[in-house]
Order: sequence, then C-alpha cells, then structure tokens
Amino acid sequence: MSDGLLDSSTEHLLRELAPQVLGVVVRRFHDFADAEDAVQEALIAAASQWPREGMPDNPRAWLIQVALRRMTDQLRSELARRRRETALASELDYLAPVAEIDTHVEQDDTLILLFMCCHPALSSPSAIALTLRAVGGLTTAEIAKAFLVPEATMAQRISRAKQSIKSSGIPFRLPTDQERTQRLGAVLHVLYLIFSEGYVASIGPQAQRLELSGEAIRLTRSLHHLLPNDGEVGGLLALMLLTNARRKARTGANEELIPLDKQDRALWDQGEISEGLALITATLAKGSISAYQLQAAIAAVHSEAAKAEDTDWPQILALYELLKHMSNNPMVMLNHAIATAMVRGPSEGLRLLTVLDEGARLTGHHRLAAVRAYLLEMAGDSSGATAHYRLAAEWTSSLPERNYLLTQVARLSERS
Amino acid sequence: MKYILLMTGTKEGVDAYKSWSEKDIQTHFAHLTNIRKDLSKSGEFVGTEGLGMPQQAKVVRAGKDSTPMTDGVFPEAKEFVLGYWIVDVETAERAYEIAALLSGGPGPGGTRLSIPIEVRQIMTRGSGELQ
Repeated sequence: MSDGLLDSSTEHLLRELAPQVLGVVVRRFHDFADAEDAVQEALIAAASQWPREGMPDNPRAWLIQVALRRMTDQLRSELARRRRETALASELDYLAPVAEIDTHVEQDDTLILLFMCCHPALSSPSAIALTLRAVGGLTTAEIAKAFLVPEATMAQRISRAKQSIKSSGIPFRLPTDQERTQRLGAVLHVLYLIFSEGYVASIGPQAQRLELSGEAIRLTRSLHHLLPNDGEVGGLLALMLLTNARRKARTGANEELIPLDKQDRALWDQGEISEGLALITATLAKGSISAYQLQAAIAAVHSEAAKAEDTDWPQILALYELLKHMSNNPMVMLNHAIATAMVRGPSEGLRLLTVLDEGARLTGHHRLAAVRAYLLEMAGDSSGATAHYRLAAEWTSSLPERNYLLTQVARLSERS
Repeated sequence: MKYILLMTGTKEGVDAYKSWSEKDIQTHFAHLTNIRKDLSKSGEFVGTEGLGMPQQAKVVRAGKDSTPMTDGVFPEAKEFVLGYWIVDVETAERAYEIAALLSGGPGPGGTRLSIPIEVRQIMTRGSGELQ
C-alpha cells in the first residue's frame, strides 16, 4: 500500500480482503461509517506490520481481529464518556472480548457493500471515492493522489458519502427485486466512471498515479464473479477489457493522441482482447441485451479488424442503431453519425449531425465540432473541416485532444 | 472538473489596500479562510496561494544564449494576478458561484468588494471518449 514496502501480491490480497472484512465488522456492530474507518485502520496497520513481522497465518482473521479491536476500543471510550455524563449502566458488558468473535463467517458481503457505496443518494464523486476505499481497499491518500486532490479533500468526500448513507437510512442488505435493476445500474455507472477516469488520465506525466482503470476492471471482475449470469455486468467487464487493450496504441512517443484508425494494432493487448471477446460472446448468447453489451460488441468488432480498412462498419452501424433505441446519450448519436458516414457516405452522416444541432444538448461541445470536421473532410470540404477542427480545439478541455485537433488543422492547411 | 480562479487587481487597488485598517484586513482574510474551510468540507478544495506584491514582479524573457533578461516592475500593466484558488467541482456554474464568493469579500469599513476573478478551466490530460 502507501508505504511501498508491500509486495504486489500482498497488496492485492489486502484489497481483496477489504470488503470481506468490512462485511464482518458491519454485521457485528451495525455501524457502517465507523466500521469502515476501523477496517481502513486495520489495512494500514497490516501494510506497515506485515512486511516487518511477516504475514500472519490467516490474514483475513488478523484483519478482522484488528478492525474489531479498533471498534471495541472506540465504543468503550465512547461508552465511558457517556457513562461519565449520564451514569449509564453496564453497557460495556455486551462487548464480547475480541478473541471470542467468530472470524470464520463465510458470507461475502462485497455485493451489499457495492450497492451501498454506489447508492443513487450519493453524488458521483462521493460514490467513487467511497467505493474505492470501502470495496477497493485503497487508502484515502492513494485515492486522493489518483484524482490529484489533497488528501483532506478526499477524506471529506468520503465522510460526506458516509453521512449521506447514514442520513438516508440505507439498510445493510441487498436491494429488493423491485429496486434491483436501478440499483445495479448505479453500481455499474460508478465502476464505468472509475474506469473512464483512469483511462482518460493515462496520458501524461502521471505514471505514478494509481492505476484506476485496472482497479475498475478488478472490481467489475469480482462483481461478475458474484453475478455470473448478469449480461450487463459481463458486458461492462468486456467493454473495459476491450477498451483497455488499446491503451499502449492510443498515444505516440510525444504523448500525442492516435485515433483508432491510425493505431498500430500490433500493440493491442491480445490477452485482454480474447478475454473480452469470450465474455461478450457468452453474455450475448444468454439473450438479454443491454447498453454496455452493445458498446462492448462494437469494441469487439473493432478489435477483430486486423487493419482499420477491414473494419466491419455495416455491423457497427447496426449495433449503433440498436444502441440508439436504448440510450439517449448524445455521444451515442455522434458515434452513430460516424458509423453512418462510413457505410452510407459523409453527407448522410452530416445530415444526422444537423439533427443534433437542433437538440441543443451538444451546443458548444467539442466532440460535435470534431466529428463534423472529420465528416466534412471525408466529403472533400477542406476549409469547412479546418474551421470545425479549430472550433473543436477551442472547446475541448483536454490538452492532448487540443493538440490533436490543431495538428489536423495544420495537416489540412499544409495540403491546400 | 478543475478550475483555477485568478484574483486580479489594479495598481490603484493594490495601493489602496496598503492603507486598509488592521480590522479590515483581518475581516477580509477571515472571509477567505472561511471559504477555504467550506471548500475543504465540501470536498472541492484543491489548492490556494497568494502572490507577492506586483512591485516585486519581474517579466523574464530569453535573451541571447538563453540568458534571462528581466524587466522590473511594469507600472503600465493594468491588471495583476494577486492570488489563485484551484477547485474541483461538478459544474462550471459551481466554479462561478465560488468565484463570486471570493469576489464579494468585505472591504474597508465592511463594504462589499467586487474583485474581478478570472475563471479558467484546467485542461485534463485525457481524451474524453472510450469508443
């Protein structure tokens, strides 16, 4: 963990154990917020003691013992304080000595914890931070570093998240069947956000940052392990793997962005691609189709093309047609316009963009300008393309993207 | 989304500030400290620093052989950056709201100021799409 003395397998073990240990402590004390703090302290204690004193025989039991002891100590001092104030009777007696507590509960509460940390009552930044800490077993310092904010700020986000959980009275149990779809959607959305944060931030001088997309894949993998028959979960995991596979190919030597059609496909990670392909094939075979599955299916079609020219655009277009009915995300509409242009020509794609202009949801959005520039260039309108690449460069908030868009302007002006 | 909020001032404003009363200075800084505490509590605070007086400022350009050529004070400049805040917020509107709080701090005798705050988004290093 943060002190860097742990080898990666121990670090991995601690992160895997974190939600299991937390589940045990929450079940014992019925206080999620304090239990989460106690587990965090136990993880930090393990990270500093294990390298020095050696790994305990039963790491899980060790963590549970330490966390329970913290909880007990805290409760004792809290009760002592209250007793001083109100002369409370012997409440202390109900706190069993730590040694008597059964640490061999086999129940895995990871799923309940995920539902809890990703509850729709929480804002996205809060849910992301809490999920990474409570389920991911990361320290506040690590999460803060990953998001480039001070540790105190991240600590506040986490405590606000816990406060929201407390005040909205979310019970420590799985959601009911009626709530389940919506609640699972919220969990997947948070995992998707963690992945995107890591994926988009993977460029630049921040190599020391925690690898958030890897964390998102790990958490989604454990969710998939718990819900192997859920197509949406499998779809999201496949989408992450197929996207992550292109990581090395998406930037050049000077950190410049390389778009999909110009990437060196030999750099794509074949291990992740085959795992992603197997997953998406398996989930599609089960019948139900969700938005993540469709996005994964589109990524799969790209990954099956050895060269950009071999891309099966008609199939991608068909998948975007389906996706459009499922999601009103304007980015889907944009990608649909590109796929349309690739199959039916740029003027058809441009016609779809005018529909988006009227919608106003993408007004002033750099992606709309960038796609229009791309399609105008396809249609042979260099000056129109230049103007829209310039607009997109003004609007984007990403530095590598701005550099990419300006190189498109330069390329077009050198040609003319 | 991260934004930098740049507090700017004129030479006249900076000169006038040098004759604020002790109480006015303390009230103003208490206002800024409270904003920082609130931003920390809301999980939006990233950083803040105040800058030295404009009289200390130098403009540096590369001279021959890249040796630094410094210019002294630049009295002709109309505006100076006095300090900055970096916040991590969910919307641009929230950044403007914080900027307005910083702008409208108490001035001499408790009058409300209206200091110009330049709000600029900090560029990310990613590309925003997965497909």
